[in-house]
Amino acid sequence: MTPRITLAVAARVLTQLHRDRRTLAMLLVLPCLILTLLWWMFEGEEAAEAAGFDRLGPALLALIPFVVMFLVTSVTTLRERSSGTLERLLAMPTGKGDFLSGYALAFGLVAAVQSAVAVALSVTVLDLDVAGPDWMLVVVAVADAVLGTALGLFVSAFARTEFQAVQFMPAVVVPQILLCGLFLPREAMPRVLEVVSDLLPLSYAVDAMKAVSTTTGSALGGVAGEVWSDLLVVLAFALAALVLGAATLRRRTA
Amino acid sequence: MMKNAVVEVDDLVVRRGRVLAVDSLSFTTARGQVTGLLGPSGCGKSTLMRAVVGVQVVTSGSVRVLGVPAGDPLLRDRVGYVTQAPSVYDDLTVEENLRFFARVLGVDRREARRCVEAVDLAAASDQVVGRLSGGQRSRVSLAVALLGRPELLVLDEPTVGLDPVLRRDLWAMFHDLADAGTAVIVSSHVMDEAERCDRLLLMRAGRLLAEDTPDALLEHTRTHDVEAAFLALVDGAGAAA
Repeated sequence: MTPRITLAVAARVLTQLHRDRRTLAMLLVLPCLILTLLWWMFEGEEAAEAAGFDRLGPALLALIPFVVMFLVTSVTTLRERSSGTLERLLAMPTGKGDFLSGYALAFGLVAAVQSAVAVALSVTVLDLDVAGPDWMLVVVAVADAVLGTALGLFVSAFARTEFQAVQFMPAVVVPQILLCGLFLPREAMPRVLEVVSDLLPLSYAVDAMKAVSTTTGSALGGVAGEVWSDLLVVLAFALAALVLGAATLRRRTA
Repeated sequence: MMKNAVVEVDDLVVRRGRVLAVDSLSFTTARGQVTGLLGPSGCGKSTLMRAVVGVQVVTSGSVRVLGVPAGDPLLRDRVGYVTQAPSVYDDLTVEENLRFFARVLGVDRREARRCVEAVDLAAASDQVVGRLSGGQRSRVSLAVALLGRPELLVLDEPTVGLDPVLRRDLWAMFHDLADAGTAVIVSSHVMDEAERCDRLLLMRAGRLLAEDTPDALLEHTRTHDVEAAFLALVDGAGAAA
């Protein structure tokens, strides 16, 4: 890997995004709209608000960057594969690591901004109750975004068209949403599904978010130690997906 | 092996699925020459070029470039390659594309500007590539291949759809590059481009029909243009079989 090339890839991805104003606006505004919608659903009754927005809000803050970055990355890298630019880059001195980390860096940065805006709105205007420090929510959200980016890069290898790439979202993402503890506490699910949910990265992402918002602790950042261990699991999954993704980048093709 | 050889292809076979795209083909090219790879569309030109650049899985035989196997990491900044479909970013401007690839190759902005000027796109340099015409777009792709003055340039149909004046200018540029010591391989399915080359490789159905200078080819086949020579060779091969 060469830092010069990694940074060049990241800067280029950001320039492309900068040009696509509509996507950029949607990336920043949509999460806020969704959170506002969720808040509105439970507005009015004190008890419902505590049970609803305070419980589901943090989970949504974990979900949104994951889903959005998964979609954005799988489509952009597919485009890169089919336009021949990936082949050109790999015929140049670009390392596979440069390509993958360039993308992860760029989208991680976008996710940081996206989450900062969403968290700011949630804790100020929408009055979300957060026990731990607010900025830790952003840290967890960035890790989730990197996970989404890594998985998106990996699955783009198995899609030939953008239609197929988008279909990976219900295949890869929706089961994780169902099993992550958002709808039903994970320990209340049938034993088999509970074990499955233990093996899915999004479960840890949502757990980390929940822990930040409901508990405090003496670990780094004033949160419970389990937040960092959950984060570590999320990042390990992201790294594994990036390594698998690297294996799908071929310099030579048939 | 030929001294000064840039590309040495020896008994190359490439099978793509059920199709024998390249069938035991051998040739060499030298520094300072423009080699034309001519043949009808679908004859295996692109596959052969991909093998030379090292992005094609080959079935057997060997391809060496500048003394090392094609695709070797040592070659990554010494070979420029232009595919038929322009491999550039449609949502970036001409200049942004060039600057990005220049950073990847580790060359400076001046070099990026030089390449934009070399393909006559300076006036369009701040336009988004997606809004350019097809010919302009393929010139952006060509400009990227020129970055860093590679020793070997492999160009897959770079002049398709271009206006005759521009086509003439590009061929002049290929010869300038060759005079400066670059080995240039240009493919085309238009036979009348053959006379602009120093050497010709005529290809049909994965095999090499002839490898010669344009003049020697015409003399040898007793014809007056490359199209006729091509037909004579195909008929001759048919008669011999």
